[in-house]
Amino acid sequence: MAKISLSKLRHSYFDNPKSPEDYALKEIDLEWSDGGAYALLGPSGCGKSTLLNIISGLLTPSEGSVLFDQQDVTALTPDKRNIAQVFQFPVIYDTMTVFDNLAFPLRNRHVDEATVRKRVTEIAAMLEIEDMLRLRASGLSPDNKQKLSMGRGLVRDDVNVVMFDEPLTVIDPHLKWKLRSKLKELHQQLKLTMIYVTHDQTEALTFADKVIVMNDGEVVQIGTPVDLFNRPTHTFVGHFIGSPGMNILPCEMRGKQACFQDMPVKLEGPINAEIKGTAEIGIRPEFVSLGKKGIPAKVRTVADVGRHIVVHAEVKDVTVAAIIAEDVPSVGDDVHLVFESAQTRLYRDGWLATELPKSGTRAGKRTGTATRKAAAK
Amino acid sequence: MKKQNQKAWFFVLPVLLLVAFNALIPMMTVVNYSVQETFGNNLFFWQGLDWFENILRSERFHAALGRQFLFTGLILLIEVPLGVIVALSMPRKGFWVSICLVTMALPMLIPWNVVGAMWNIFTLPDIGLVGYFMNHVVGIDYNMTQDPFAAWVTVIVMDVWHWTSLVVLLSYAGLVSIPEAYYQAAKIDGASNWAVFRHIQLPKMKSVLTIAILLRFMDSFNIYTEPFVLTGGGPGNSTTLLSIDLVKIALGQFDLGPAAAMSLIYFAITLLVSWLFYTLMTKDNTN
Repeated sequence: MAKISLSKLRHSYFDNPKSPEDYALKEIDLEWSDGGAYALLGPSGCGKSTLLNIISGLLTPSEGSVLFDQQDVTALTPDKRNIAQVFQFPVIYDTMTVFDNLAFPLRNRHVDEATVRKRVTEIAAMLEIEDMLRLRASGLSPDNKQKLSMGRGLVRDDVNVVMFDEPLTVIDPHLKWKLRSKLKELHQQLKLTMIYVTHDQTEALTFADKVIVMNDGEVVQIGTPVDLFNRPTHTFVGHFIGSPGMNILPCEMRGKQACFQDMPVKLEGPINAEIKGTAEIGIRPEFVSLGKKGIPAKVRTVADVGRHIVVHAEVKDVTVAAIIAEDVPSVGDDVHLVFESAQTRLYRDGWLATELPKSGTRAGKRTGTATRKAAAK
Repeated sequence: MKKQNQKAWFFVLPVLLLVAFNALIPMMTVVNYSVQETFGNNLFFWQGLDWFENILRSERFHAALGRQFLFTGLILLIEVPLGVIVALSMPRKGFWVSICLVTMALPMLIPWNVVGAMWNIFTLPDIGLVGYFMNHVVGIDYNMTQDPFAAWVTVIVMDVWHWTSLVVLLSYAGLVSIPEAYYQAAKIDGASNWAVFRHIQLPKMKSVLTIAILLRFMDSFNIYTEPFVLTGGGPGNSTTLLSIDLVKIALGQFDLGPAAAMSLIYFAITLLVSWLFYTLMTKDNTN
């Protein structure tokens, strides 16, 4: 087990990258502490699998280095790095039994047979496949095959890190939920560092203690699920996480006052004056309510998504989403939108530009429980 | 009982007719010959199963069958492992892929009698490249028209040259269909090259290899043109394989009855071995 540090990592699939667009990964500095549960979250093609393959050693980065506990492993092959990786599609050795499949990584490292038996039985019990140990692996159902792949990843207890590359893609929805909680449970039992790559925010937020959001080859934000939900440092995070995502509204600055469609909007705190660029207001639909006074708007759609109601209302030509629980308006109604000022942020060129007020309670704490629930959904 | 729609049979009818004319009816004439004796003038006499008995008891048939199995066994033993090794060492991507594939396919594009003629000239002791080299440079007495061993070696090398490509191409197709994740997982699991071959590549190649072996078995078991052009079955009878012997009986001696019986036995053996092999290889997939 080890702390993993990535230092000045850049990677390009081209031989002679010229512009920054040629890089699949743009300058990444990251630290993963020992025993943590991390999720790498981002849309397809954002570079998360590239990053994973660099950590596992399947890819050599164009620039920068990978350190396991201060030791530079950039040039080492995957088997020398002592890591485990579970792939998107189940990889099983058809010719072997389930038991031999699980024992394979251990036997390749010449672990004695008694320990092999013990570890395999333990892992099989954890994954609830102990009654299949004698079966040929090729005959298993897809979800059991994927469990077996995960088992091979978890069977060694001395690995530096276990990495999961979208492992639940092929699993049926009802089993997905089960396997996800199983993984979380395994993390607590085994105390291994785990990195979980996914494009599914629900998977990332439920699995990880810390989520790393990537977009376009860059790390946009690192934080706990609550951080990501409450104070996205980039409009991408705000939009990507949450359902529906954060409202990103055009904003006009009049001196120090932010205005949305000519209406002044109160922000969470002072604006960082150094940042220049296009200004946008960000507010989550959870913190937009309908009131007697506020920004006049016309309701366009009302959708009952089960536990709450999503209202889309138009302010002139801009649509704002709001999540409400009661007093449901009808389509075509004139309403007034109220933004909770402690949850209203300003973004400049996509990046967060408001600071928390110096004194007073932190806004995030007050609504912490509510948002954690919302984030976990 | 539920009434079923029987119209589908009409769709099968054209194929049935085609197969009837190009296979079933010609084969029935062979069956017809195999139970009769003729002395020309289109006069036939009922002979029952005598020809079958004669053939099955004939020393000549046993010898030809033995040579046939030896030939097929040897070329399978050489071509299958060699084909797999070549396929494994071929590049999977990049510039060289198409060049390798075309080079591999070339021998298979040459007509069989041309292959026989090519190798015949190639191995002539005084003017052929190999023949001259063996006799005058290496100093080994090599003359496949006189020495049965040299004849066998030449026939086998020729077949290996002509048909290993088939095994290569099929194995290669199997190899490239293996997802990259399998190799990555094996690397991470610390698998040796041998383990990767044994547990990933070989199982994934199993179905294409089954087809490759089956095709090579049937083709080599029925081989006629190349050894006929190369050695004419000689020296003596040493390279007279089953089909060459059959043609000698049918067209040389004009013994239509025994030749027909031999054809049917020959066909039955090919069918039986192919069926046994295929059933054994695909047995695991069903349960």
